[in-house]
Amino acid sequence: MTEPLLEAVNLTKELGSGAGKVAALKGVSLALNGGELTLLMGPSGSGKTTLLSILGCMLAPTEGTVRVGQHSTAGLDPEELAQLRRDHIGFVFQSFHLFPTLSTTDNVRLALDVRGERSRAAKVRSREALAKVGLAHKIKAYPRELSGGEQQRVAIARAIVGNPSIILADEPTAALDGANGQAVMKLLAEIARERGHAVLIVTHDPRLLPFADRVVHIEDGRISAEERGGIRQTLENH
Amino acid sequence: MPLVFIIAFRNLFHDRLRFIATVIGIVFSIVLVTIQMGLYFGFGRMVTTMIDHSSADLWVMPRGTKAFEDPALLNTRERYRALAINGVADAIPVVIGFADWRMPSGAMTPVFVIGSDLRAGGLQPWDLVEGRIEALASARAVAVDRTYFDRLGISGIGATAEIRQQPVQVAAVTDGIRSFTTTPFVFMDVERARTYTGVPSGKATYLIVRLTADADRGAVRRQLMSNIDNVEVLTPAEFRERSRTFWLFGTGAGAALFAGALLGVIVGTVVVAQTLYASTKEHLNEFATLRAIGSSRRYIYKVIIWQAVLSAVIGFALAALAGDAVVRLTAGTALPILITPELMVGLFVLTLVMCIGSSIAAIVQVTRIEPAVVFTR
Repeated sequence: MTEPLLEAVNLTKELGSGAGKVAALKGVSLALNGGELTLLMGPSGSGKTTLLSILGCMLAPTEGTVRVGQHSTAGLDPEELAQLRRDHIGFVFQSFHLFPTLSTTDNVRLALDVRGERSRAAKVRSREALAKVGLAHKIKAYPRELSGGEQQRVAIARAIVGNPSIILADEPTAALDGANGQAVMKLLAEIARERGHAVLIVTHDPRLLPFADRVVHIEDGRISAEERGGIRQTLENH
Repeated sequence: MPLVFIIAFRNLFHDRLRFIATVIGIVFSIVLVTIQMGLYFGFGRMVTTMIDHSSADLWVMPRGTKAFEDPALLNTRERYRALAINGVADAIPVVIGFADWRMPSGAMTPVFVIGSDLRAGGLQPWDLVEGRIEALASARAVAVDRTYFDRLGISGIGATAEIRQQPVQVAAVTDGIRSFTTTPFVFMDVERARTYTGVPSGKATYLIVRLTADADRGAVRRQLMSNIDNVEVLTPAEFRERSRTFWLFGTGAGAALFAGALLGVIVGTVVVAQTLYASTKEHLNEFATLRAIGSSRRYIYKVIIWQAVLSAVIGFALAALAGDAVVRLTAGTALPILITPELMVGLFVLTLVMCIGSSIAAIVQVTRIEPAVVFTR
């Protein structure tokens, strides 16, 4: 059995203070493996986003540990956490978070630029990433000129261009119509399968189930159920 | 082109109206500072114009003289003590003082008389446009600047008037010798200057000392100070500095000019800070995204500082054009604004510092961004 690319053990997270203190996570453990697409499903307020923020090294757990590859996040300062993110994790957001004033190529190039990769090759790699997500013909377009599905594909290109081992996606299809949502999920499943990335998708949309290798259900801050294997079989029929 | 620069540029130009307002703020601020500092330097040069145009190696003056216009007197017999010192080639008496000029019409106006031994050439009028220096040797002859023809009620060379009820005749005309006090200068021979200003015979305001080619200025100066009582001996540079210090700081004029400049800097800083803060707030989502995808804080600071630098460069370029126009407009006035290359460099650095300093509020705001907000926006 290979080492998980991302591993969280016994995470708790308390939000707020005093009488308003809320336990958002209550002892969550989760491991993400390479080549696997995991869906994290649960109702609103179940702790999905909090868990995603902690796994994405953006939020520190109250208790528990997170390991990204060989690195524990314990005791790291915000700059060290940022370095872990840029070296190991690609993000896809529900509302894309593209820079409206930058072209698609520059939006993708941003992920390399923050890593200090500023050579001409960075531009070439950005265009290759756009081609990979089917946007080779839109390399000079601006976000406002793209459909929602295309914008999310640019965001995916930005997430994969630095070849991170982990992709974390927050409701990547929520702002898309059915066809575009399916296309984006197919892309993310391919990224997991072909590139060996660990892909975690937070969603409450059951239509995404066919794309998953594994489904983790979270409820009231706890992992309530986990399904594994066979789910992706349906993908072949899509 | 670096991506941080592109982001900064696009952020800045994204809201053109706000950017125009910022640039106008910077331009006003820098033009104000330019004018104040230009006046400061212009004033500083005006108050030393006589010292700049004298042929002195050393100035001998009554102890406690504050500025060139200070009318304290010394005995001219000190001249002979000065001449007795090895290394002194000449010691030329200069007499200055205010007097009343009566125009042919009978109207009166104050003038500032400058008398020197014209044969020795201690402090002669310069930039002559009519007449010759030699003409001032004749009785009643004076030189005036053509800028003051109207003030003096004359029309040019050959015109007559009276100083202290004694006739004078314009024998030479200069161009551009203007006084910061707006009182016209009237050049003449030292003997007549005594008569016209009421300075007793045997008295003078200064001795302009010229040295021989091989003289040691320091040694001559020490000897002058030990041989002559109650005088000070200054180099031209020291006398310039003393005059400048008196007029600029002793009178409060310099402080007022600096206060104006400071006001300009404050206005500019506030305008730029407000713009950068608003722009940063507007793009907070993008900065949070940058942070989420792993950018360092330094990367984000660079974007903000580039915005500040771009504002500074564009604002300064326009301010420099406006400043140049102001310089041209004031060139012929009593108090021209003087902009030197050093001042331009200083103003550019000031603009950069002001704009970059203004970005602190925006940087503090960005420092507080939690990258996790990208999941909730």
